[in-house]
Amino acid sequence: MTDIDTLWDVVVVGGGNAALCAAIEAAEVGASVIILEGAPLDYRGGNSRHTRNFRCMHQGPLSVLTDSYEEDEYFDDLLRVTKGETDEILARLTIGTSETCLPWMEKQGVRFQPSLSGTLSLSRTNAFFLGGGKALVNAYYNRAADLGVTVIYEAQVKHVDIKDGIFSGVDCEIAGVTTRINGKSVVLASGGFQADLDWLVRAWGPAAKNFLIRGTPYNRGVVLKDMLNQGAESVGDPTQCHAVAIDGRAPKYDGGIVTRLDCVPFSVVVNKDGQRFYDEGEDVWPKRYAIWGRLVAAQPDQVAYSIIDSKSINAFMPSVFPPVQADTIEGLGQQLGISGDVLKATVAAFNASCRPGTFHGNELDGLATEGLAPPKTNWARPITDPPFYGYELRPGVTFTYLGLKVDETARVTGAGGRMFNVWAAGEIMAGSILGQGYLAGFGMTIGTVFGRIAGREAAAHVT
Amino acid sequence: MSLDIINLATLDATQEARRQIEICNACRYCEGYCAVFPAITKQRAFTDGDVTQLANLCHNCRGCYYACQYTAPHEFDLNLPAILAEVRHDSWDRYAWPQGFAGAFQRSGTSIALALVAGLALIFAALVVLRPASGEGFYAYLSHAGMVAIFAPAFILPLVAIAIGLRRYWRDVGGARITLAHLRDAFGSAASMRNLGGGQGQGCNFEDGDRYSNKRRVAHQLVMYGFLLCFASTSSGTVLHYGFGLEAPYGFFSLPKLLGIPGGIMLSIGAIWLIALKLRAESALGAASAWGGDIAFVLLLGLTGFTGLLLNASTGTALVGPMLAVHLGAVLTFFLTTPYSKMVHGFYRLAALIRDAQQRT
Repeated sequence: MTDIDTLWDVVVVGGGNAALCAAIEAAEVGASVIILEGAPLDYRGGNSRHTRNFRCMHQGPLSVLTDSYEEDEYFDDLLRVTKGETDEILARLTIGTSETCLPWMEKQGVRFQPSLSGTLSLSRTNAFFLGGGKALVNAYYNRAADLGVTVIYEAQVKHVDIKDGIFSGVDCEIAGVTTRINGKSVVLASGGFQADLDWLVRAWGPAAKNFLIRGTPYNRGVVLKDMLNQGAESVGDPTQCHAVAIDGRAPKYDGGIVTRLDCVPFSVVVNKDGQRFYDEGEDVWPKRYAIWGRLVAAQPDQVAYSIIDSKSINAFMPSVFPPVQADTIEGLGQQLGISGDVLKATVAAFNASCRPGTFHGNELDGLATEGLAPPKTNWARPITDPPFYGYELRPGVTFTYLGLKVDETARVTGAGGRMFNVWAAGEIMAGSILGQGYLAGFGMTIGTVFGRIAGREAAAHVT
Repeated sequence: MSLDIINLATLDATQEARRQIEICNACRYCEGYCAVFPAITKQRAFTDGDVTQLANLCHNCRGCYYACQYTAPHEFDLNLPAILAEVRHDSWDRYAWPQGFAGAFQRSGTSIALALVAGLALIFAALVVLRPASGEGFYAYLSHAGMVAIFAPAFILPLVAIAIGLRRYWRDVGGARITLAHLRDAFGSAASMRNLGGGQGQGCNFEDGDRYSNKRRVAHQLVMYGFLLCFASTSSGTVLHYGFGLEAPYGFFSLPKLLGIPGGIMLSIGAIWLIALKLRAESALGAASAWGGDIAFVLLLGLTGFTGLLLNASTGTALVGPMLAVHLGAVLTFFLTTPYSKMVHGFYRLAALIRDAQQRT
């Protein structure tokens, strides 16, 4: 192993997409770079290993991307999901730079593929990674190794040593042994705090202990908290996280993409008391799954049950676990652990409010209930054809919004203004740009753009 | 095929493969690597026949393993290349005819070595017993009639056995009537080993962890085309013999030599290269139970090519007799073990590619 007891040009804290982009950019101009990745090798890459695409501006067909996706349309999409909670300068910088990132990524060994089956709606806006985010992470680690970057796994940074805005080193635990790593500059790219359940409970309330964490268990926000304690300026709502409704049987951590459930629009959803609580057919699922995380979080025990019949079982992407199945609604309720009688009554009331019409699974079909509260405004078909199926839903947290404030050079701002030699990239600063909501593939764009900027700036600072 | 010959271990592998495939079907990140994943997305439920088809379609390029978020230590514990390899090898056992030979050679390097010893002994004995009174070149040691008496059945009987196995496979995977378009598609894929190309020609993940490389693809094609050239060489000799009355030995610029010498060289180099790559590859991503049998099979295949070259080089020397025995012994062993060795992978893989072409159109 390389002797790490030296003065590094650039210390990179974290080992996901943003960290790797920073390390590669810095190493390419000759800086000595060390990556401190908190996870073991098998789980390296943070939440990037669960991603699948990168939202990219382009003025004409580019690589696997069709047509064009110009800056203003991209920015409008961002404004819509964030409801204005974005820093326009940083946002436009991210969007404008994304176009040159794609060829750069390909040069580093990242491969793209046409958009996956079931995701055709993204073929114009999002470039999919061949094999997904872990393949991207692997490509970057290989590139970093070729450039002579040192990577230390299971290196948990506990404290970033900054005095008067000047960074000198980090205190970390490497496989349990306390170690000091000294550097001339630092790039903080260690993600959010969504895997620290205690923090989530403090921020959100006791309900958060029942949340599932969709991504890595290693994003515990230790570095973020340490920086905030040292007076770094924050951005983003500290109480909020992005949560979607996922399969309730998913692992507590790291369930990733496969735990998504796309059945809600074709179902009735009840809470553990067997009662409906929201319009399941309000809009197409890609536009609604995010609000369902919050809806389920507000129900008793943070759980809900999506009920369909055999007419709808093939109307959505296959689930990772098979659904609970029964020949009667009562039986299904009992198997799901809710009152069969109440569920039967709820479904009967729903069925009675359904009207004749033509069902179209792929568009808003206007097939709405009549006289039901809350209504179901699309895809309301009576649930009558056995076998009946049920899925348990729980909130799955994807990321948190609280982060470090940076400027357009990715430099972190402290109490005394811009810090001297501290940069941040990726989820740890994404709240500046994505202050609310979610835009598919945008996290990877922020990470790539700001990771590259941070790496270049840090290297330029020391060389 | 009757169900009673499916043992419990086989069913377990198929069920485990089904569990993994269903997780893949909910993810779909790997769609761009090979033919397996697009085939998975066409279905929601997977019968044993479906799993067998996917297993034989998988070329073990391992791209999906290294890209997977769910490999161990993750609790989903996915290792699709390994479980499909196990199901694939199990399926060859299941379809083997006669059943008594199932698994005799594909999992055991020792049994291939023993078969080789037996094959050599048989040929040496034949050389002693059937030694002709006269003849030219190697026919001085074993007459043409003697060779035909040994090799015609040794060639035809294994083909019959394989054909029976393929019929069973075709029924299990629900194969339809084969058209020229299906064949063109499948042979095109095999000719370029498209499914070891990683989807974009960058190659597979074999000898160098998660880095892509085309070495295995190239080495495999050296072996495959080398073997086909050698086969063409022998076939051309047969045609010259029966069709034109031209008997061996042939001159350097004859078809058998022009095909056979490059073929033998490609086969020898390719086999050594494949083994070298396999020694560097992670054995836990393939059928661990068949590792020894695989290596021995490639060695045997390489040996048929290499001994052919030696035989050719020994022309006119006293070594022709022993080299002929060694070469024919290797060839005989190769032919006779074919239905029960790794060699069957070529036949089932082609069948799977044809079936895949049917399902795509």
